[in-house]
Amino acid sequence: MLRRTIDILGDFFIFTWQTIYWMSRGVWRRRNWRLLIPQLYEVGYKSLPVIMITGAFVGMVIAVQSIEQFRALGMEERMGSIVNLSVVRELGPVLAGIMLAGRIGGALTAELGTMNVTEQIDALRSMGVNPIRYLVAPRVLACFILTPALTLFADFTGALGGWFVSVVLEGIAPGPYWDYTKQAVSTFDLYSGIIKSFFFGAALGLVSCYSGFFCKPGAEGVGRACTTAFVTSFIVILALDFILAQILQDIQIALFGFQSML
Amino acid sequence: MAKNIDNRPIIELRNVSKRFGALQVLDGVDLSLRRGETTVVIGESGTGKSVLLKHIVGLLRPDSGEIWFDGQRIDTMNEQALVPIRRRMGFLFQMGALFDSMTVGENVGFPLEEHSQFKPDKIQAIVEEKLKMVGLSGLQARKPGQISGGQKKRVALARAIALDPEVVFYDEPTTGLDPVRADVINELILKLKQELHVTGIVVTHDMVSAFKVGDRILMLNKGTIIADAVPAWYKTCDDPRVRRFVDGRANEEDLKALVAAK
Repeated sequence: MLRRTIDILGDFFIFTWQTIYWMSRGVWRRRNWRLLIPQLYEVGYKSLPVIMITGAFVGMVIAVQSIEQFRALGMEERMGSIVNLSVVRELGPVLAGIMLAGRIGGALTAELGTMNVTEQIDALRSMGVNPIRYLVAPRVLACFILTPALTLFADFTGALGGWFVSVVLEGIAPGPYWDYTKQAVSTFDLYSGIIKSFFFGAALGLVSCYSGFFCKPGAEGVGRACTTAFVTSFIVILALDFILAQILQDIQIALFGFQSML
Repeated sequence: MAKNIDNRPIIELRNVSKRFGALQVLDGVDLSLRRGETTVVIGESGTGKSVLLKHIVGLLRPDSGEIWFDGQRIDTMNEQALVPIRRRMGFLFQMGALFDSMTVGENVGFPLEEHSQFKPDKIQAIVEEKLKMVGLSGLQARKPGQISGGQKKRVALARAIALDPEVVFYDEPTTGLDPVRADVINELILKLKQELHVTGIVVTHDMVSAFKVGDRILMLNKGTIIADAVPAWYKTCDDPRVRRFVDGRANEEDLKALVAAK
C-alpha cells in the first residue's frame, strides 16, 4: 500500500514536471496556440455561467447566515466587512475551484481517459507526437490561467449577492455597508484569493489530466478515474487552501501588521 | 554491394522479455525482419502479439533484451529521440484509434501537420490521395463517429501511411470485419507492399488473411516463437499446437472443461 502510494506520487511528479516543461516551451510558439484556444474557450467561457451563479449564492448565503447575529449586536451596518471578506479571501476561490474541479476536471479526465482506453494516446506517440505536449500542456495551462480569472467573476457576483441580501432585502444602508467593506477588505485580501486560485487551477488541471492519462482499461476504468480525479482535486484544493491561508496570513501580518475585522 | 545493404534486417529483436505483474508476456523473443516483406505473427489471444508490436514502436519497453531498427538500438532511446524513427513507421491500431474530435480529413492529415512543412493545400492533396488509395475519397468532412467500422480501419490505414512510412504495423487489421471487408484490407496490405515496397508486420488470428498477405508467418505461444516459416509450411505442419490454431480447433482440455461445467 505504502509502496503503491509512493509509486503514484513519483509518477505524478514526473508527469507534473513534463507538463511544466512542455508548457513553458510550447506557449511561445504560435503554432501551439491553436491547441490552447479551444481549451481556453472550454475552460473559461463555458464555465462563466456556473461560476457566476456559484459566486452569487455564496455571497447571499453568507449574508443570510450572518445578518441575525450582526443585528443582535446592533452592528448590521458592518455586515459588508464579513460578507465581502469571506467571499474574496476564502469562499470565492475555494468554491470556484471546487466547481471547476467538477465541471472541467470531470470533462478532462473523461476525455483523456477515453482517448487512453481507445489507444488514441498510443496513436499520438506512435506518430511521434508527445501526448503531454499535445494534450496535457494546453489543458493544464488553460486551467492555470483561467481559474483565477473565473475566481474574479465569482468574487464579483459574490459581492453582488451579499449586497442584494443585505441592502436590498434586509434594508441595510448602502453607504455604511460599502464603507465598512472598504475598511475590512484590503487589496491584499483580493490578491491572496487570486494567488490561491492559481494553485487550485494548476492542481485540478494536473490531477484530472493525470487520472485520465493513466486510467485503467474499459468504461469502468474511465468512470473510476473520474471519481478519483474529482475526490483528489477536492481534497488537494482544501489542503492547499489550508496551507496557503496560513502562509498568506503570515505574509499579510508581516507586511501590514494585524488588523481587527470588527 | 547495394544489394548487401538491402539484405540487412530492418528490425531486430534480441532476447526480448517483458512481464506484466506475474504474467510473462514475452519470454526471450529473437526475431529479425527483412525489408520489403510482410511478416505475419499469429497466436492465440493473450499470447503477447500486440505487446510485441508495441515494443517495436517503443510504446512499451522491454524488461530485458534489445530492439534494433535499421542499425539503431531503440529500446533505450527517450521519446524525443524516437520521433525520427517513428516518422518512418506507421501503426494501424486494432480499433483504428482515430481522434474522434477531428474529421476524417484532419485525422489523415494529422501526421503531415505535425511533421512536414507542407502548405495546407499540399496536405489536402496528400490526404485526398491517401484516402483514394483506401477507396474512401470524399469522406474528409465526416467525423469518425459517422462512418462504419470497416471504413474506420481504412481511414486509420490512410493515416498510418500519410508520411509514406517504410514499415507499417497492422494490429489485427481484419478483426471484427465481415469477410468481404476483411479482404479489402488484405488487398490494401498487398498493394502497399507491391507499390510502395512497405515492410509489413501483421498481427492477426485470421488465418485466411495470414495466408493471403504473409511472405512469412511466425507463431507466438506463451511469449515465445514456436514456428517461423513460409505460409505453405503451415498447411502441412504436424506440430499439434500449430495444427490446432491453423485449423481452428479447441484443445481437449478446454472441451473437457465445457463438459464438466454442464
